[in-house]
Amino acid sequence: MVRSQRERVSENLNRALHAMLEKDPRVWMIGEDVSDPYGGAFKITKGLSGRFPDQVVSTPISEAGIVGLAGGLALSGERPIVEIMFGDFVALAFDPILNLLSKSVGMYGRRVPMRTVVRCPVGGNRGYGPTHSQSPQKHLIGIPHLNLYELSPFHDCSALFGRMLAAGEPAVLFENKILYTERMYADSTVDDLFSYDFPASSDGCARVFLGSPDAADVVVIAPGGLTGRVLDAARRLFLEHEIVCLILVPVQLYPFDASSLPPAIAGAGRIVVVEEGTAGGGWGAEVAACLYPRLWGRLRAPIRLVTSADRVIPAARHLEDEVLVQADTVYDAVLEVAGA
Amino acid sequence: MTVQRIETAVTRPADADLDLLLMTRHFELTLLRLFESGLIGGTTHTCLGQEHVPVALRPLIDDADHVFSNHRGHGHYLARFGDPHSLLAEIMGREGAVCHGIGGSQHLRRDRFLSTGVQGQNVPVAAGAALALKRREPGQLALVHIGDGSWGEGAIYEALNMASLWRLPLVLVVENNGIAQSTPTAEHLAGSITGRAHAFGIDHISVRGTDVTAIRKRLRQPMMRVRTHPRPLVIEFETIRLGPHSKGDDTRDAAVLRALKEQDWYARYERAYPEQFAAADRRQRDLAERCAREVTARPLVRRNEGENPR
Ligand SMILES: Cc1ncc(C[n+]2csc(CCOP(=O)(O)OP(=O)(O)O)c2C)c(N)n1
Repeated sequence: MVRSQRERVSENLNRALHAMLEKDPRVWMIGEDVSDPYGGAFKITKGLSGRFPDQVVSTPISEAGIVGLAGGLALSGERPIVEIMFGDFVALAFDPILNLLSKSVGMYGRRVPMRTVVRCPVGGNRGYGPTHSQSPQKHLIGIPHLNLYELSPFHDCSALFGRMLAAGEPAVLFENKILYTERMYADSTVDDLFSYDFPASSDGCARVFLGSPDAADVVVIAPGGLTGRVLDAARRLFLEHEIVCLILVPVQLYPFDASSLPPAIAGAGRIVVVEEGTAGGGWGAEVAACLYPRLWGRLRAPIRLVTSADRVIPAARHLEDEVLVQADTVYDAVLEVAGA
Repeated sequence: MTVQRIETAVTRPADADLDLLLMTRHFELTLLRLFESGLIGGTTHTCLGQEHVPVALRPLIDDADHVFSNHRGHGHYLARFGDPHSLLAEIMGREGAVCHGIGGSQHLRRDRFLSTGVQGQNVPVAAGAALALKRREPGQLALVHIGDGSWGEGAIYEALNMASLWRLPLVLVVENNGIAQSTPTAEHLAGSITGRAHAFGIDHISVRGTDVTAIRKRLRQPMMRVRTHPRPLVIEFETIRLGPHSKGDDTRDAAVLRALKEQDWYARYERAYPEQFAAADRRQRDLAERCAREVTARPLVRRNEGENPR
């Protein structure tokens, strides 16, 4: 398919929401300014309120309240999807996520399904400044019964929403804002160099490879929001240094299932884990902790973590560039690991 | 006709007030132009239609008072400092930026002025500052600006409760512009702001119109009382948002926007005092243009680890 004809990630997401609301009247879309004609700050909920007026609720600016409300709905057997306008503000909803949504699954003596998704537009590189650009994934890692997912240009959102709601546990979906205007990949093709597939055993992890999926110099594990930057780096690494990267894009960030990763990961023995969150206590550390026991003795270099700098994300674009992970950051890290 | 009566009733503004109003207006219009031409990116919220609020309050606040501002805070900053260059430089990430380009439009800090991009966050913070003032600098107050939409955030109620219980010198200025992003006030706020203030035993004053001299006269006494007999006070300005929420994201009807323009202080002052207005308008338009030219020509702020430490 011609590049420009492929669906945008935002369209794929919007279509999935339409499908979810259409298929199941117990699915709700709840959030600030989500109704038409505005259709949400990033226009992801466009057209929903017109088609499903009883399932779409435009709310006051009340993140804690909205997520608590979703908890009440979920406890009543409904399936609310909540949009937090900027993922940074999931901080205001930390209590209902930690102490209500996730706890309800397991603290009443018998399992209570909590079918709810909290959608969080995250990430920077748009000049939105310190409180509108963060990647708060790491703050929600390690909570029992809370599943974390990330939007990607490989994973169809309809299938993803089906999976998240079927799990019976609350989900947080991180959506890197930079992806909204990007195109979905289709037909196993990324570009003239790279192809992708979904190995059967791999828990939905997309595998992006050059030539053969079983041979690589370095394996790069990166969530969907980093795809563009990692691909940029991988392309240049091949063209300039003939370093072959295998890129793994998991759709579920936590719990992270290391056992399902394709075997090439052991073959390469060199692993880089990338995330946009700032350094310290991050997702990459969690992934590395899952991988070390499995790969001990087969690694040729320590697992290399790539994160944004341990700093506030500046508003000025040129300063923001230096703080956030860019293609160059990934390129340098892979080069270093490949030479190790 | 009522409309005419209001217009002829506009008090002649002091030159300084008119200049400040127009400085803010032209600053915001310039920003939107710079955005359109791609010279600014990211996000910003202009206070078009609400400029009179901080201008009316300006002489009622002194330098030792705290002002807490929100996402729509350029007018608050300009009223306090009269310094468009440092603000534009911050928004453009250029030399002279008040927060070195890190905070950007929504996170400004200078002396006792602080703004936030997180709705409602500043009210408990202002209560904390008011507590410190009450203890250490009696007679000073903390003033915090929020919109009508911020009343959705629970943090506000926790802060109002403490402020009332502990009799804090806290002035909560509500700029009720009838809309929050895309949501009309009637669709996000049950009851009334008056009722909510009263629920905490807090006095509420309603301010209509845009006559800065008249508004100031009305508020002088109650603001003074906050200093002499510390207690929180809610002042609700009934105002209008003339521009988009951020940039190019206005979904309101053209007819609605035309009706709002009728209430703009700009047209009212222009009609009532044409000569004084024309001179000030020219001055401030020129200043905004010069400011934009000058700041745009400055180098980008340089990275300095000390300014964005770990
Ligand atoms: C905690 C939080 N939630 C959501 C937002 C996004 N947001 C920015 S401004 C705004 C509307 C604010 O409305 P109001 O308080 O009436 O002020 P106005 O914009 O009208 O000046 C929203 C929802 C935010 N900045 N912070």
